[in-house]
Amino acid sequence: MFKILEKRELAPSIKLFVIEAPLVAKKARPGQFVMLRIKEGGERIPLTIADYNSENGTVTIVFQEVGKTTRELGTLEAGDYIQDFVGPLGVPVEFPNHKKVLGIGGGLGIAPLYPKLKMLHQQGVEVVSIIGARTAELLILEEEIKAVSDRMYICTDDGSKGRHGFVTVVLKELLEQGEKFDEIIIIGPPILMKIGSEITKPYGIPTMVSLNPIMVDGTGMCGGCRVTVDGEIKFACVDGPAFDGHKVDFDELIKRLATYKEEEKISLERFNEVHECKLINKIEGVDKDAVK
Amino acid sequence: MAVKDRVPMREQDPKVRIKNFDEVALGYTEEEAILEASRCLQCPNPTCVAGCPVHVRIPEFIKAITERKFEEAYKIITSTNSLPAVCGRVCPQEEQCEKNCILNRIGKPIAIGRLERFVADYALQNNIEEEVKPEKKNKKVAIIGSGPAGLTCAGDLLKMGYDVTIFEALHALGGVLTYGIPEFRLPKRIVEAEIERLKKLGAKVETNVVVGKTVTIDELMEEEGFEAVFIGTGAGLPRFMGIPGENLNGVYSANEFLTRINLMKAYKFPEYDTPIAVGKRVAVIGGGNVAMDAARSALRLEGVEEVIVVYRRSKEEMPARAEEIEHAIEEGIKFEFLANPIRINGTEDGWVKSMDVIRMKLGEPDSSGRRRPIEIPGSQFTMEVDTVIMALGTSPNRLIPSTTKDIQVQKWGGIITDEDGRTSRPGVFAGGDAVTGAATVILAMGAGKKAAKAIDEYLRSKGE
Repeated sequence: MFKILEKRELAPSIKLFVIEAPLVAKKARPGQFVMLRIKEGGERIPLTIADYNSENGTVTIVFQEVGKTTRELGTLEAGDYIQDFVGPLGVPVEFPNHKKVLGIGGGLGIAPLYPKLKMLHQQGVEVVSIIGARTAELLILEEEIKAVSDRMYICTDDGSKGRHGFVTVVLKELLEQGEKFDEIIIIGPPILMKIGSEITKPYGIPTMVSLNPIMVDGTGMCGGCRVTVDGEIKFACVDGPAFDGHKVDFDELIKRLATYKEEEKISLERFNEVHECKLINKIEGVDKDAVK
Repeated sequence: MAVKDRVPMREQDPKVRIKNFDEVALGYTEEEAILEASRCLQCPNPTCVAGCPVHVRIPEFIKAITERKFEEAYKIITSTNSLPAVCGRVCPQEEQCEKNCILNRIGKPIAIGRLERFVADYALQNNIEEEVKPEKKNKKVAIIGSGPAGLTCAGDLLKMGYDVTIFEALHALGGVLTYGIPEFRLPKRIVEAEIERLKKLGAKVETNVVVGKTVTIDELMEEEGFEAVFIGTGAGLPRFMGIPGENLNGVYSANEFLTRINLMKAYKFPEYDTPIAVGKRVAVIGGGNVAMDAARSALRLEGVEEVIVVYRRSKEEMPARAEEIEHAIEEGIKFEFLANPIRINGTEDGWVKSMDVIRMKLGEPDSSGRRRPIEIPGSQFTMEVDTVIMALGTSPNRLIPSTTKDIQVQKWGGIITDEDGRTSRPGVFAGGDAVTGAATVILAMGAGKKAAKAIDEYLRSKGE
């Protein structure tokens, strides 16, 4: 069992947990992830390591409540336990000899971007960042990203904060102005990583993306997370999750992510019904489970 | 006395069982077991024992059954076999102990597997425990992987008095017994019960630890005080065919399909959270036990109307157990022999729609002794299917050798050991599929047993 030490609400529906997991914390490196299972009967879901502290033995995860499991996870509080928490998984990212890097994070993608930029910043690399969200209140980790960036741009789709528009608008501008980077990191929804990679390609700048396919075990034994990179099948859990954005088949990834759309809906509706009932019962002071 | 015919075992009716995941074979009653046991000729030089990779003292335990001494039978079996309830169910006895039975000359061999299963089930139901109180040796041994090889090695070392810790990457123990073999062949409560026995013998267990990622073998030996390590990590890396369309939605590796069903209980969705997506017509590619397990599991899922096994050779060359093939046929699984997929076709949204298959003929025998399948040009045809499960075999994961000093591996990833499981590095042993590539449960157990003996010798030679 793994204890939740701290819980923070970063934005409506986006939550941060600090988890006590000394073995994972000791080995964690930027770019790696964990698989977790809330309880018996639960499913295994992958979450990127957003930060870690090997001395305190803690690992930070950030998640958005998009379906049944993440909603249920969001109901847990500091002091509660998660049944299973395994990692660090995947290949750590490395940036040898870089002098200047551009990091782009869209929505929840800002969380996995953070440990990479933090490491680059600590290595003395010049870091430029662009972070964006649908609207101002969904923008997360602004202070953290700012602290590890030499320059930061903010974008919102509705213009409620920073530049009006997608993060790719600023990316285009910087490249058109002739600004040079040793590498560009893009993390966010697959469509953002796809479009971003298409923008950087003509400039010949190496572009790293972090893929988020469906995973089951996360250790390379099932191939559920397979993606096509440069025409070859790769397992994102052991060969990635970071890949060369110019070589990834994003259209295939996007289609595969929709595999369980129906089931996900059923599961969430069922959870909402049960959860709502429980809440109502609590409010009315009638805990039916207790009566039984 | 009816010497020729073995006592039949009761089974769930095929029409009923295809709608559930309950065990198909129901086991012997006491009277049935005694009757079957009485067929044994009690050979003075039993040939059956030599056919068993863990050398169960077969005539002795069978004699105890005829005398109604079931507890004694259990103690005889468990003196050499740590997982009898599992072995009695999933061993290919027809190729091992029962193949060597002298009764084969005049009729059917003794049903050794069924009798072993009867004894083990009797012991589990009646809470009979092994009386093992070995002298404690203050030496720590790490077992990496909790499949049949690791569990057997752990069991033997515990009985010798070693301090054993089992490390497992998944959240549940058992390896292929838990995620691979379906409930209807091997109920998970049986696997859990066998593992509980090991815990009672003193096994420590660490789940959610991926050795090579969470911790390395070097750290276990240099920092955590483990004096010997057994690697039983299996061969869990699935193979794909490399044909177009393999990444369409609805194409699964058998490992993923079976893991979702067995480990995550996706057949109980939405009571359990893990989903599975199958259509009406399912094709399973391959001819081994895993293909049979995947096909029979698929048939039991809601909405599935037809399951077709597509195999590139003919029925005679199928590596699956005869009993499992028979069960599959009884349940209505269809077979497309001498056929090999060359392309999977998809819909606009990226789902499987159909599969192009080419006819094969058999040529000369290959290195495995089986006749090599050869494509017949121009014989291509299309099968309408909406789910495809690839059961083409698996190979060892390279994570451990790539993160451990001085471990030599074969080109294909298997860890190199001597006959007793010693690797190129002193103190590190390996066995099971991690060494041989995908094989059988009982061979993995045999390897775990040999390695336990070699570990004991190694630690004794190291002295106090």
